[in-house]
Amino acid sequence: MTIKESQDRIIEDFAAFEEWTDKYEYIIQSGEDLPPMDPQYKTDDNLIRGCQSRVWLHADFKDGLLHFTADSDAQITKGLVSLVTTVLSGQSPADIADAELFFIDAIGLRSHLSPTRANGLLAMLKQIKMYALGYKVQQAQKN
Amino acid sequence: MKVVETMVQIPLDLEKIRLDFPILHTTVNGKPLVYFDNGATTQKPLAVTRAIETYYNTYNSNVHRGVHTLSQKATIAYEESRTTVAGFINAKPEELIFTKGTTDAINLLAYTFGKQFIKEGDEIIISAMEHHSNIVPWQLCCEDRKAVLKVVPINDKGELEMGEYEKMLSDKTKLVAITYVSNTLGTVNPVKDIIALAHARNIPVMLDAAQAVQHIAIDVKELDVDFMAFSGHKLYGPTGIGALYGKESWLEQLPPYQGGGDMIKTVSFDKTVYADPPLRFEAGTPNIAGAIGMAAGVKYLIGIGLDKIATTERVLTEYALEQLSSIDGLRLIGTAEHRGPTFSFIIGNSHPTDVGELLDMQGIAVRTGHHCTQPLMDLFCIPGTARASLSFYNTPEEIDRLVDGIHKAMKLLKK
Repeated sequence: MTIKESQDRIIEDFAAFEEWTDKYEYIIQSGEDLPPMDPQYKTDDNLIRGCQSRVWLHADFKDGLLHFTADSDAQITKGLVSLVTTVLSGQSPADIADAELFFIDAIGLRSHLSPTRANGLLAMLKQIKMYALGYKVQQAQKN
Repeated sequence: MKVVETMVQIPLDLEKIRLDFPILHTTVNGKPLVYFDNGATTQKPLAVTRAIETYYNTYNSNVHRGVHTLSQKATIAYEESRTTVAGFINAKPEELIFTKGTTDAINLLAYTFGKQFIKEGDEIIISAMEHHSNIVPWQLCCEDRKAVLKVVPINDKGELEMGEYEKMLSDKTKLVAITYVSNTLGTVNPVKDIIALAHARNIPVMLDAAQAVQHIAIDVKELDVDFMAFSGHKLYGPTGIGALYGKESWLEQLPPYQGGGDMIKTVSFDKTVYADPPLRFEAGTPNIAGAIGMAAGVKYLIGIGLDKIATTERVLTEYALEQLSSIDGLRLIGTAEHRGPTFSFIIGNSHPTDVGELLDMQGIAVRTGHHCTQPLMDLFCIPGTARASLSFYNTPEEIDRLVDGIHKAMKLLKK
């Protein structure tokens, strides 16, 4: 599935929800479904400091694709982190670097990307883009 | 206690009072707003916004320097505002310096008092429950003067360890700077005892009254406090204005804080003679509209009656405590015997931001985070709390909505 397709799928899921509580149930459940992060990666180096909640992010580069594992100490942030890694994990650095993440806005959680919210999600997205750009440049140099 | 039983004890007509605050009739996320973030800032009655509007629309002018009619009118209004705000705490107008807010007031005092009175090895006493704005200015002062900052510890309930405080006072102590009411825990400190113990050793006391003036009638003469800082915007007035009260005998001894217009008597390149307090500490064009708005807020509160406000908030506090305590899995942070209507809580191991967001979805505004009291969070070993802070315009029904909202959030968070 492409990055766009997985985003469209999330948006489709959310379109079915009538109550705000359904939306949050889905997000929180996504967080719970996130595979536990290997404790060896839950280090200060991998910690993205948001103002209130914390996010850990680890990137693995294998066979030309980037894989992300992540965690957060806040359940809603963790749910969004889970959705983001679902959308972006297993894609090529070039695709990730070029991707436009429109689904967060589309499901009505744009406030989570506001710099004043400072919950770590925005910083995590920036970090993901940095990894992708880094590997994209590295690959371009190899070729 | 039921809502009806609680309502009976409230001496104010809340429905009528709420008409003075248009924002209380708005909706958030499709639900009627429940505003429980009064500790951060209170909403403004029409009396305040109208006073500011009238000033700008009919007599806006700079103060203290003009002979023209508008300037004189603005000067009179500005100085009358000082008299009103000073009178509110039973101070003389000369003892009240207008500042940008509490933070500015404490910085003013830390700088000027430090420069005049603090020497190497001296000590300043604060407490473990201070807001960052009553910590950092003193750290800066101590760093600059090579002085030592001492911190009075608190117990598990969030009350000051008065025995420790008493032991801390010594000949080295030059100032005690302590909060009247904790912004995070709601604790009301025994300020009379704090002041009496310090004065027994001739040590002056500054009170951070940012969370006190809106809840407790304060008489600075009766308290015999030496300095007191507070904000306009937590007192139903506008942002960007506050005050530092200082006893005349102290203010006279303090050097200027900032230089500029309005704070001088005469200026020459050889020697500048500074104005007397309070103008000595008000360099530049002051926040005229802010002062007028702050005074309008104070007059509004006096009109309602400070005693009735106190009774209403006491009843709301008791009801909120009872209701919040009944929630299984909710832990109150701060359970002091003497407290104001501020409730910090955590739910199970939930992150406060999750609780705050889920309450916001239900139209309930609470604050989440460390509330600018990081050392206090460290003491309780928590990253932060959700905090509901009430005002006399809040209702028992709104407390019920908070409780329902918390239950809904707990269900979603599976707590």
